[in-house]
Amino acid sequence: MANIGVLIEIEGGELKATNFGVITAASEQGKNDVYAIVMEGAAEAVKDQLSAYGAGKIVAADADGLAASPDLQAAVLGAAIQEYSLVGLVGLASARGRDVFARLAAAQGLPMAADCVAVDFAAKTVQKSHFSGKTVATIRLDAEVVLATIRPNAIEPVNAPVEAEVLQFAPAVSGPGRVSIVEAKLSGSDKMDLTEAGVIITGGRPIGSAENYKILEECAAALGSAAVGASRAAVDAGFAPHSMQVGQTGKTVSPKLYIGCGLSGSVQHFAGMKTSKVIVAINTDKDAPIFEKCDYGIIGDLFEVVPALTEALKEK
Amino acid sequence: MQIYVCVKHVPDTAANIKIAGENGYNDSTCKFIANPYDEYAIEAAVQLVEKQGGEVVIVTVGPEAALATMRGAMAMGAHRGILVKVDGQFLDSDITSQALKAAIEKDGAPDLILMGKGAVDTEGFQTQYRLAAAMNLPVINEVLKLTVDGGKAVAEREIGAGSREVLEAPTPCVLGATKGLNEPRYPKFPDIMKAKKKAVQQFTLADLGIDAAGAKSELLKLEPVPERSGAKILEGSTRDRVVELVRILREEEKVL
Ligand SMILES: Cc1cc2nc3c(=O)[nH]c(=O)nc-3n(C[C@H](O)[C@H](O)[C@H](O)COP(=O)(O)OP(=O)(O)OC[C@H]3O[C@@H](n4cnc5c(N)ncnc54)[C@H](O)[C@@H]3O)c2cc1C
Ligand SMILES: Nc1ncnc2c1ncn2[C@@H]1O[C@H](COP(=O)(O)O)[C@@H](O)[C@H]1O
Repeated sequence: MANIGVLIEIEGGELKATNFGVITAASEQGKNDVYAIVMEGAAEAVKDQLSAYGAGKIVAADADGLAASPDLQAAVLGAAIQEYSLVGLVGLASARGRDVFARLAAAQGLPMAADCVAVDFAAKTVQKSHFSGKTVATIRLDAEVVLATIRPNAIEPVNAPVEAEVLQFAPAVSGPGRVSIVEAKLSGSDKMDLTEAGVIITGGRPIGSAENYKILEECAAALGSAAVGASRAAVDAGFAPHSMQVGQTGKTVSPKLYIGCGLSGSVQHFAGMKTSKVIVAINTDKDAPIFEKCDYGIIGDLFEVVPALTEALKEK
Repeated sequence: MQIYVCVKHVPDTAANIKIAGENGYNDSTCKFIANPYDEYAIEAAVQLVEKQGGEVVIVTVGPEAALATMRGAMAMGAHRGILVKVDGQFLDSDITSQALKAAIEKDGAPDLILMGKGAVDTEGFQTQYRLAAAMNLPVINEVLKLTVDGGKAVAEREIGAGSREVLEAPTPCVLGATKGLNEPRYPKFPDIMKAKKKAVQQFTLADLGIDAAGAKSELLKLEPVPERSGAKILEGSTRDRVVELVRILREEEKVL
């Protein structure tokens, strides 16, 4: 049994569903003891949800000024590696995970791999994308501890309940780093972040206006916990904010289902969504390159097909 | 202000990557460019110096061919460059950060080090942090809004679904730029001509006393991601096709 840590992310009081796949990756079919590290003071509240996927140790980590200091968060993770003799530590490749893991790796002089799709702790290897999703690299991390962030939704969560206990952890980590979070500007909407979503429906340039995204929003609602994305062409035309852009210079996503509406299928767009499980394309042009690289296609006008799809989803 | 911008020489994002051997690729057939995120860093540096005065120095760890990429960066307004020459296609990010540190420290005292949020070839997302740790400087990555004034950098980054956080760090510090920060300029012909005459100092890793053998991560294998073989095109009326699609997604693919 190896001890593997997982940095758990809670956002706006909610446990992100994408944490569960990371726990599954850490447990390697029950081979490892999983230490779920919770920094938001919610360890008791999320204990049952985490143990359902195989986390037997719930670490309630705390330190003065923790929330406002990413360097302190990294220091707490470093202390947890020592305290619990962790030989692996993984987390989500989210905005926060990418940042805190890179800080930790740099501070400890450990190798680290970002945005992985597979991890093997015994072999100390990871698999991750290189060249904007065109190739997959196998990398060996030559260190006592394997540090990696995992692409949200890349690993299917497996329900594997265990008994869990909460461990209080208040390490003596030194003063806040020189970087401080001074303000959070919340978007105020309850929209799901694209990288978290299990289903994504995206509109490209032919959407034509910001208002027209409404038909995609309606379809997303009918799909159930789905998020709406945009191509760079649509973002550059001012139809959607950059936070909605999927692709090489936007977000990298890996949902179960990706529905592209009015997308030509550019290399740069695919760089951000190629690892989706099932890709559906709706396009008026039967020769559009996207039909060469997706699973199901509907040749037709998105303004006609999407509302019809919304209706069909609402039935039953 | 003395600003160093770390720019990586990478294959064009549209390039077809042909794997060669176990863990390499054929780089003689690809067009190379400045890492797209690093262009936001160059633009931010040039704008800061245009307003507050100072100098922008491009620092690259790469092959001799990276000189062309550096000329492009200098055409955008950077003043000169430093190239640390290496042979291999992939260099551990820890070694890269040591080379960047040594090159910068040999040259001067930075007020700011600007980088991209990540390199589009190796997608490492960490060199900024390693350079900052090695130089004992604060670091903020994925910056899409920035003000630098009075010994302080105030930066915004996205934290998900359009929400942002505002961070502060004293200067000198390391900042990683991302899309949204600015619109990188297209160099004009006279700027391209001028850039040809700008100075580029060159070093090898050995000149800087760095041994690449100390790498702690190793690329074992590089494999192409298999392309999908083409869509199953659904036929019939719009109504028939969407109903069939929903059935497939629910019953066969089980993704809904
Ligand atoms: C360095 C770099 C980085 C980039 N990064 C990104 C990135 O992150 N994300 C990204 O998306 N792009 C990115 N791009 C841009 C990319 O190359 C494409 O230009 C862009 O993705 C095209 O967007 P699109 O598919 O929406 O539009 P288009 O290419 O214009 O395609 C529109 C498609 O919709 C079809 N269509 C038209 N009308 C309808 C209708 N009524 N119903 C259905 N279909 C219709 C057309 O047949 C066409 O195939 C990048 C480019 C570069 C150079
Ligand atoms: N070989 C290099 N030469 C110069 N800058 C680099 C190099 N590698 C990485 N960088 C910088 O570090 C950032 C992050 O790179 P990476 O950690 O490789 O994703 C890039 O956007 C560059 O600014």
